[in-house]
Amino acid sequence: MDEAPLRTLTPTVIGILVRRGADFAAAEDAVQDALVEAVRVWPDAPPRDPKGWLVTVAWRKFLDAARADTSRRHREVLVESEPVPGPGEAVDDTLQLYFLCAHPSLTPASAVALTLRAVGGLTTRQIAQAYLVPEATMAQRISRAKRTVSSAQFDQPGDVTTVLRVLYLVFNEGYSGDVDLAAEAIRLTRQLAARTKHEEVAGLLALMLLHHARRPARTRPDGRLVPLTEQDRGLWDTRLIAEGVDVLQAALTRDRLGEFQAQAAIAALHADARTAEETDWVQIVEWYDELVRLTGSPVARLNRAVAVGEADGPRAGLAALAGLDPSLPRHTAAAAYLHERDGDPVTAARLYTEAARSAPNLPERDHLTRQAARLNAELRG
Amino acid sequence: MAKYLLLKHYRGAPASVNDVPMDQWTPEELSAHVQYMRDFAARLEGTGEFVDSQALSPKGTFVRYDGEGRPPVTDGPFAETKDLIAGWMVIDVETYGRALELAGELSAAPGAGGKPIHEWLEVRPFLSAAPTITE
Repeated sequence: MDEAPLRTLTPTVIGILVRRGADFAAAEDAVQDALVEAVRVWPDAPPRDPKGWLVTVAWRKFLDAARADTSRRHREVLVESEPVPGPGEAVDDTLQLYFLCAHPSLTPASAVALTLRAVGGLTTRQIAQAYLVPEATMAQRISRAKRTVSSAQFDQPGDVTTVLRVLYLVFNEGYSGDVDLAAEAIRLTRQLAARTKHEEVAGLLALMLLHHARRPARTRPDGRLVPLTEQDRGLWDTRLIAEGVDVLQAALTRDRLGEFQAQAAIAALHADARTAEETDWVQIVEWYDELVRLTGSPVARLNRAVAVGEADGPRAGLAALAGLDPSLPRHTAAAAYLHERDGDPVTAARLYTEAARSAPNLPERDHLTRQAARLNAELRG
Repeated sequence: MAKYLLLKHYRGAPASVNDVPMDQWTPEELSAHVQYMRDFAARLEGTGEFVDSQALSPKGTFVRYDGEGRPPVTDGPFAETKDLIAGWMVIDVETYGRALELAGELSAAPGAGGKPIHEWLEVRPFLSAAPTITE
């Protein structure tokens, strides 16, 4: 069965249990148990009211766990009392869960794991597989995260930018294992965007959609990376691009620019070009200027230098690069690219080899090694 | 998070400070050492940072392809091999600094006289999967 619609109900049901008096950690466990039962039972006996079913089963699981936990008297008291409908209407439980799971007291990795479980409804095993760690390790990471936020107020307004960082991390992790983390990040960001009018939520959603649209063209079947300029643009998902552009444009009209909107604007300009040659590099450089102004990020400066190389020629790109710290990730790779465009294959080949040695991941290392090999073969004639 | 390999060498690393071969330790010192390693791994599982830990036999065989239809050629073990891996631990941590900190703790495992071995461990970052967004 497709578990995504079921998982969508996760945060709502946790919220209902918390409002009935369950603490967050116990509510979260109970809802996980209920989800597992739903996956088992629903294919043969689909409920008429899925949410109602989950609430009933999760609440029963919670009561069972609380009863079993006899050493904790206060829960015993709670069990005896009738559930009271809380003041649920004023606050959006799902939104509160996003804030709680991205609480500033959590490390990024803990926030990611907790968000995927409590908001995304993924099992610990699925999360562990996606991040290539043992299930026991991931279980500990999640239970520590729950302990860390246990004293946090469920009703406190949170900071949406911390939530965006977490969702960005999930999206950027890519797709290893059974769970498509990029698709999951998009689902969670969509759900968030439906609940808040924050421009940067829209900006991040647009950014994700525009990058996801290119996914079929980004790698060859053998796993090889395909640079943007060489991608088969016919493989880009035009429906996702159209949606991303719409979401971005609506956000930009509100005139509260942020880094995700700026990044999405750059992605939109790439998406807009029917061929690599038609890319509007001048506008892209302007957006990188905005991005640098907004973030001061050295990585944005590096990407800007590459864009300058396209807009004003490789010499201008190299000049822009010269002012940056050479130890920046991908600095050497950018220099190699610009030197090749400047007609200096000897320097470019040497730099590609050097860049491959410090590449942070395997597909990039292979790509850089292949660039060096291509130039060296040409140089041998 | 990023994964790191903490690599322990039989040979090839610089000499430890407390450089007494294991077969010269007392049985109690050996037990204390093994217990330290177990506790260390258990603690890392508790912090959500443990991925894997394995020990290797020093007896390795070199193998290579020898052409179509022929069995592979084997050779070794070579007594003169300079670098010999003893085992490893794989950790998944928030920062490089944390990886160094944990390697330092692992290197403090007790040896002869119950004193830390101060063994040199090699810390190697894993190459990750490619991120979705790079430009």
